[in-house]
Amino acid sequence: MGQLNTKKDIINKLQQDIMLLQGYKSVSGCTAKKVGLGVIESAFPNAVFPTGAIHEFLNTEPENAAAGSGFIAGILKTLMLQGGVCLWIGTSRQLFPPGLTAFNVAAERVIFIDAKEEKQVLWVMEQALKCEGLAAVIAEVREVNIIQSRRLQLAIEGSGVTGFLLRNDPRKLGANTCVARWKISSLPSALEDGLPGVGSPRWRVDLLRVRNGNPNSWKLEWTAAGFVAVDDKPEIEFAEPLIIGQHA
Amino acid sequence: MNKRFLSLWFRHLLTDRIVLKRPELKDVPFVIAASICNRIVITATNSLAESHGIYREMALADARAIVPDLEVIEHIQDNDEKLLTALGEWCIRYSPQVAVNLPDSLVLDISGCAHLWGGERKYLKEIVNRLISKGYDVRGAIADTVGAAWAVAHFGKIKPIIEAGGQESALLSLHPVALRLDSAILERLQKLGFYSVRNFISISRSALRRRFGKDFLLRLDQALGNEEEPLELIQPIEPYAERLPSLEPINTRTGIEIAIKKLLKNLCKRLVSEGKGIRIAVLKCYRVDGKVIQISIGCNRPSTHVGHLFKLFELKIELIKPQLGIELFTLEAPKVEDTSMEQELLWLSEGCGLEDASLGVLLDTLANKIGADKIHRYLPEERYWPEQSIKLASSLGDKPQTSWCKNKLRPSLLLPKPERIEVSSLLPDNPPMLFVYKGVRHVVKKADDAERIERSWWEDKGLHRDYYVIEDEEGRRYWIFRSGHYTDEQSDWYLHGFFA
Repeated sequence: MGQLNTKKDIINKLQQDIMLLQGYKSVSGCTAKKVGLGVIESAFPNAVFPTGAIHEFLNTEPENAAAGSGFIAGILKTLMLQGGVCLWIGTSRQLFPPGLTAFNVAAERVIFIDAKEEKQVLWVMEQALKCEGLAAVIAEVREVNIIQSRRLQLAIEGSGVTGFLLRNDPRKLGANTCVARWKISSLPSALEDGLPGVGSPRWRVDLLRVRNGNPNSWKLEWTAAGFVAVDDKPEIEFAEPLIIGQHA
Repeated sequence: MNKRFLSLWFRHLLTDRIVLKRPELKDVPFVIAASICNRIVITATNSLAESHGIYREMALADARAIVPDLEVIEHIQDNDEKLLTALGEWCIRYSPQVAVNLPDSLVLDISGCAHLWGGERKYLKEIVNRLISKGYDVRGAIADTVGAAWAVAHFGKIKPIIEAGGQESALLSLHPVALRLDSAILERLQKLGFYSVRNFISISRSALRRRFGKDFLLRLDQALGNEEEPLELIQPIEPYAERLPSLEPINTRTGIEIAIKKLLKNLCKRLVSEGKGIRIAVLKCYRVDGKVIQISIGCNRPSTHVGHLFKLFELKIELIKPQLGIELFTLEAPKVEDTSMEQELLWLSEGCGLEDASLGVLLDTLANKIGADKIHRYLPEERYWPEQSIKLASSLGDKPQTSWCKNKLRPSLLLPKPERIEVSSLLPDNPPMLFVYKGVRHVVKKADDAERIERSWWEDKGLHRDYYVIEDEEGRRYWIFRSGHYTDEQSDWYLHGFFA
């Protein structure tokens, strides 16, 4: 038994070392930044939402884009807590600043950049990711290939800014260096006791791919207190597409 | 060495300037008037108006009674000082020391300058003729003291040049007004029958002091040369510019980069010592074939950081086509601003605000590459109409005047233009049961009550909007509205936004 334990220990140790080599520093409890995602954070290595990395969000329709930007806004709330500023880059921007207040994001600290074309979006994002004075950079792009994403990752390494790629209607899902691939879709909201009307926003959060973590799926609701898991247990019906998504 | 002063009196300073700008007023009597204490008072007249008997400090109504079609131009505060300073800067070609003597004259310290023009007579003639040919009605006089030169320029009748030591005899026949005295003292002199300087110059000083005060004696002494008169000299601002001629024509990128760095270093050194920073910088490259290439950069905040400014230029270096080579570089800063002293941070806060220096650097880079009009930041505005509820922030330092509206639900995405949808609803004021958007049928499962948003009636007339937050069977949330009241024939419904 002792032998097995040590073997397990060795494997654990090796895994930790690999993660270190890959750039994941193990963070001690007090300095770790929680972004208020609750259960979802356990899917990431060291159970910490990776800031200073690029997250990719897939949207297939405009309604999903709204859900995705809402989810990001929920994360931004924590990232921009101490007066931080974020940059929102896009070619055809529809984000409505007053809509961000529902997620407790100070919309006056969001700077919008309207780029001419996709190439410019990526250039602006790369420049912005090098800037240490930013809390987060969000870019709306359709396609990003492995070389472009690697450039973005390199830009991040000096600054530690968190990047979000909102991929609206992507044509091909190639490999890239993003740390996680998400898909956010709307779920019917529910009010207590079957009251009429529209309730708090509710999403199905699919973490399709995550480096060194466990892809999974959750149901989340945004309330005044932040993200709340509607159902702690991931539903079995979503388990199947998850695995496919992981290899996609 | 004996000092010599030249006083230039612009008799119609402001009106001459207006005639220069508007030549059609040359042969028309006109005045400049300002409203002082509920009265419109004339502050300057041209010579034609003067010949009609209109004088300064006359009420405009009185002047209109004399000349009914009198042209009136509005008085601009401190215009005379600005104009005199500009003329004074021009006069620096005749003497390095020029001072403004409000309201309408200039004083030049011409000690040791006149011989360059072949004597004082030729010197005075040259200056006065040049100014008259420009269109200014000017009188000049030269004397040992500022006071005497001023007096002779204004009131002298015999000759404009008073030889050294002759100021006393020149002043004797003049009215005491030539001594630049206060109106109260002048009145007293008038009452006592002193109509010229001659009348009181031999009276003992103690008696004069007792009657007219210290200021009177000071003015007299200044005119006679017994007392020094300090002058407030015009200090022309040197333009913020640097030149760099090259020994050999430069036609490589490296060469241009070195040139820019050198120019920036020199310019920034000067700016730092004066506490200023560059907002706009223009680089001019003079090519061997006579062409000049110009590139310019702008900053969001005044900057003297050579590395940052160089990076902004670096983005534009490829626009410079050296061809045969560049023989001269010049760098100008047409717009500089005071920089605030940067205080070193005691504690590095974890958060980073809009004041962050690196953010300013980033936005400069972006603005110079993709254009400053592509960068937006929004502040809340106290309006309900969704399109008008935000306004653009003019600068990074702009603070929101009001807080964002929190009690009304607003969508995450707003369509730039509402899109038409087909709906079917059961009851007039109920949200629709289903709607068709882009050919897809959505069944409404949940909906909130209507929120009526009216237009700003004082700005535009149009229909109000009744907004509904609705959710379809798949949980997608929309913001739709009906334009105007419900009517049987047609109600226009639009989709305006998407909720998260």
